Amino acid sequence: MIPAFSGFGLGLRKPHYADILDHRVAVDFLEVISENFMIDGGRPRRILRQVRERYPVALHGVSMSVGSADGVDRAYLARLRALVDEIDPLFVSDHLCWTRLGGFNAHDLLPLPYTEEALETVCANIAAAQDRLGRAILIENPSSYVAFDGAAMSEWAFLDAVCARTGCGLLLDVNNVFVSATNHGFDARAYLDGIPHARVRQIHLAGHRQGETLLIDTHDRAVPPPVWDLFAHVLPRLGPVATMIERDDAIPPLRDLLAELDQARAIGARAGGTRATELAA
Amino acid sequence: MSLGALQRDFVQWLRGDVEDAPPPFGPAAAAGLAIYRNNYRAALVACLEHGFARTGQWLGGAAFREACVTHVRRVPPGSWTLDAYGRDFPATLARLHPLDPEVAELATLELALADAFVAADAEIRLPRDGRAIDWDRAVLAFHPSIGLHPLTTNAPAIWSALDADIMPPPAAHLPEPATLLVWRQGEVSRFETIDRAEARALLACRSGLTFGALCMETVRELGEEAGVATAGAWLGRWIAQALIVGVRD
Repeated sequence: MIPAFSGFGLGLRKPHYADILDHRVAVDFLEVISENFMIDGGRPRRILRQVRERYPVALHGVSMSVGSADGVDRAYLARLRALVDEIDPLFVSDHLCWTRLGGFNAHDLLPLPYTEEALETVCANIAAAQDRLGRAILIENPSSYVAFDGAAMSEWAFLDAVCARTGCGLLLDVNNVFVSATNHGFDARAYLDGIPHARVRQIHLAGHRQGETLLIDTHDRAVPPPVWDLFAHVLPRLGPVATMIERDDAIPPLRDLLAELDQARAIGARAGGTRATELAA
Repeated sequence: MSLGALQRDFVQWLRGDVEDAPPPFGPAAAAGLAIYRNNYRAALVACLEHGFARTGQWLGGAAFREACVTHVRRVPPGSWTLDAYGRDFPATLARLHPLDPEVAELATLELALADAFVAADAEIRLPRDGRAIDWDRAVLAFHPSIGLHPLTTNAPAIWSALDADIMPPPAAHLPEPATLLVWRQGEVSRFETIDRAEARALLACRSGLTFGALCMETVRELGEEAGVATAGAWLGRWIAQALIVGVRD
C-alpha cells in the first residue's frame, strides 16, 4: 500500500520558479510533469533538485501509456526510473489512458474501452511499470470525449479492478470526473461513491471549458463551483490525501493559485478528514 | 473489436491519413473524435511554434503555419517527449524552401540551442597551472552539449538580430561553407560560426586525438609558426568558452 500524505500543494510551473525558489510558499508539496525533467541535465534538472531540497515533490507523467495494446516502453521507464531515483518523489503517477501505439505517440490522453481485454492489458502494463520503477504508482482518471460501445463496466469499476489487481493507488481528478460525467451522461456522485476510497492518495482540482457540444478539460481557469461541490462530497469519504490545484495553461500569478488552495483547505477543514501538514522543513 | 484494432483505427483517424474518411466508432463518437484530432494537431503545431519562434518570425506567420501543417501531415510524432518532435522540422523546411537555405539553417540553430540547453552536465576540472600538463600527450575532454552543424548562410546573424528585436540583415550565402558550433556554457546555450578547419580539429580531438598530434597536423598544413599558433589559439578559445571540461595526459 502506498504511504499516505496529507497536505495541500500546487503544480510547479515555469512562471512560478522564482517565487517558489526565492520565498517560502504555503504549500505542503509540489507536483511536476515528469517528462519535462526526464532530460540529461541543464537548468530544468538543477531547478528540480533545488525545489526538492525545499519541498516534497510528486512526479506526474503523461506518456507512460498504460493502456497501450502493445505494452509499455522500456526506454521511457528507464528514464523515469533514473528521475525517481534522484528525486525520491512523494508519488509517481500517470493516467488511465493510452498515448502510444507502436512507433506513434499521440501526446494526448486517449480513451480506453472498459472491457475485460483492456483491463487485462492495463493491469499487465501497470505491473510491468511498477516492476521497472521499483514502486507502486498512482493512476489518474482521465477526462474523455468518446465512450465506446461494448463496455463491460463503468470507469469507476474498471479503476477498482485495476487497483485490486495491481496494488496501485488512485489520483482522483475531480474535474475530470465532472467533465466525463457531463459528456457521457453518468452521475458524478455515483462515480465518486464507487471508486475504492482507501486507494486514493492524491486529488487534482482544475477547471474546464464548454466546447461546441462537450466539456473540454482545459486546465486553464479556476476550479468552478460544481467541481468544488464534488470535492466537498468525496473528501469525507477519503483518508489522508494530498490535494492540489492543477493549472496547465493561462497560468495566473502564484497568489491566485494559493487563494484557490486556501479554498481547498477550508473544505478540507470542514470535512475533517484531511489536515494540512506543517510546511516542509 | 480487439483493443489493438481499436487503437489502430484511432491512430489512423487522428493522423487523418484519409482526410475525408468517416470517423470510426459510430456517429455518437464523431464530436468527441473531432476534439481528439484537434488536440493532436494543435499540440504538434504549438510545439513547433514554441520551438522555432525565430524561424517563424523570419518566415512570416502564414508561411510558417503552412510549414507546420505540412510537417504535421508528413511526420508523425514517435517519441514519448514532444521536445523530440521538431527534430525533422529543418528537413521539412529545406524541402519547402529549397531556394532559401537560411530558413532550414535558422531552424537547425534553434533545435541545436534547445538540445544544448538540456544536454548532460559536466563539471569543469582543469588544472590551475597549464604548465603542469604534458600537452603533447594531452587528450581533451569536451562538454557533452557540443553540436556541430554545416552552415552555408548568415542564419546566425539573422537569429541574433531577431532575438535582439532589431532589423535582421538580408539572407546571404557565406563566402565559403562553415560550421555552426553550439554548446552550453553554465546554463546558457551559445553558438558561434567557426571555419571548417577548426571544426575538423574539434571533432578529431573529441574522438581522442592528442593535442600534440593536432599540432603536428596543423604544422603540416600551415607551417611551423602558423600551425602552432593556430592550434594554440583554438585551445585557448576552447578553454575560455568552457568547451573543454578536462585534460588527461
